[in-house]
Amino acid sequence: MSGADAKQLRAARRRLAIDSIGIWVLAIVIGTIFGFTAREGGLSLIETAAFSAFLFAGAAQFAAVGLLAVAAPWASILLLVWLLNARHFLYAASIAPHAAALPRRVRAGLAYLLTDEAFALTSAHVARLGRMDLSGAWYAGFAIFVPWNLATLAGWLAGAALPDPATIGLDVAFPASMAGLAVGLVRDRAALAALVAGSATAVGSALLVNANAAVMIGGLLGPLVGLVVANRRRAT
Amino acid sequence: MIDPLRTDLVPLAILGGIGTYAARALPLLATGADRLPALVLAYLRLIGPAVLGAIAAVNVLVDDATLRVGPEAVTVVVGALIGRWRDSLLVGMAATVVAVLLLRATIAG
Repeated sequence: MSGADAKQLRAARRRLAIDSIGIWVLAIVIGTIFGFTAREGGLSLIETAAFSAFLFAGAAQFAAVGLLAVAAPWASILLLVWLLNARHFLYAASIAPHAAALPRRVRAGLAYLLTDEAFALTSAHVARLGRMDLSGAWYAGFAIFVPWNLATLAGWLAGAALPDPATIGLDVAFPASMAGLAVGLVRDRAALAALVAGSATAVGSALLVNANAAVMIGGLLGPLVGLVVANRRRAT
Repeated sequence: MIDPLRTDLVPLAILGGIGTYAARALPLLATGADRLPALVLAYLRLIGPAVLGAIAAVNVLVDDATLRVGPEAVTVVVGALIGRWRDSLLVGMAATVVAVLLLRATIAG
């Protein structure tokens, strides 16, 4: 690695570390709420911890607890969980070309940690470097996994002593982090078009079709619009 | 009183995790991802902004299948732009939190 490459890598990792501070806060806040919610929903400490450790997907965990609270059958809970997490297929597909040179067992390990936030941090890091940085990818995954699981336990144990996140403005931390990372990935008109079209399509889908499938629909259609914009610019 | 050591729902968590892991792992474990056509690679590059924008937009604009344009939507957009301008996600998130508190206080007052 040349001196310039090493300097670029250091700068990118510094940015990754700084960006991940907000994600840490987010994971702690929402993980704590999940722990509390799960306890309120009747889950034991072990069961709550299992959801965070094995399922490891915030929205799906909340949905599962909500369905358990109304005694929904396991089959319908699993169907909803898998549908909600189907968007992770897109994340993996997006990262796969950059990770192809990594050993299979490493890719298998990274896949376990591929949440919304880990994908956002990793893809921003890859975009800055123009390639995969394995240490950065592991860091992005564990930057969510560790605080999320510890906060889940803390939330279950702390119970009702927790303040409502809306009273301190932290209820907007998750959409703020997703929007901030999305905007950070915009490097040309095609990406901007994908962002705008993906967002608009998802909102339209949530209103007219199904809120659970909305993100998937936006994530699939937005890039198509981006490609059309890129091809039009090339043609003119 | 909940028995903290009860494990009845652990299998459900594991089954949910298996399906989730399959979605996360299949594309990463498939061979030849680096030899895809240029058009497919260009498409995959655009998934990031599209899907992250979609998550944020649905989160702040949709509530119970109803469109809701409140202080959250405004501040998330402003915060993202500030984050871009200052080249820092952390600054953008902090700006969003402060702005939404101010806007809510203004509206309530």
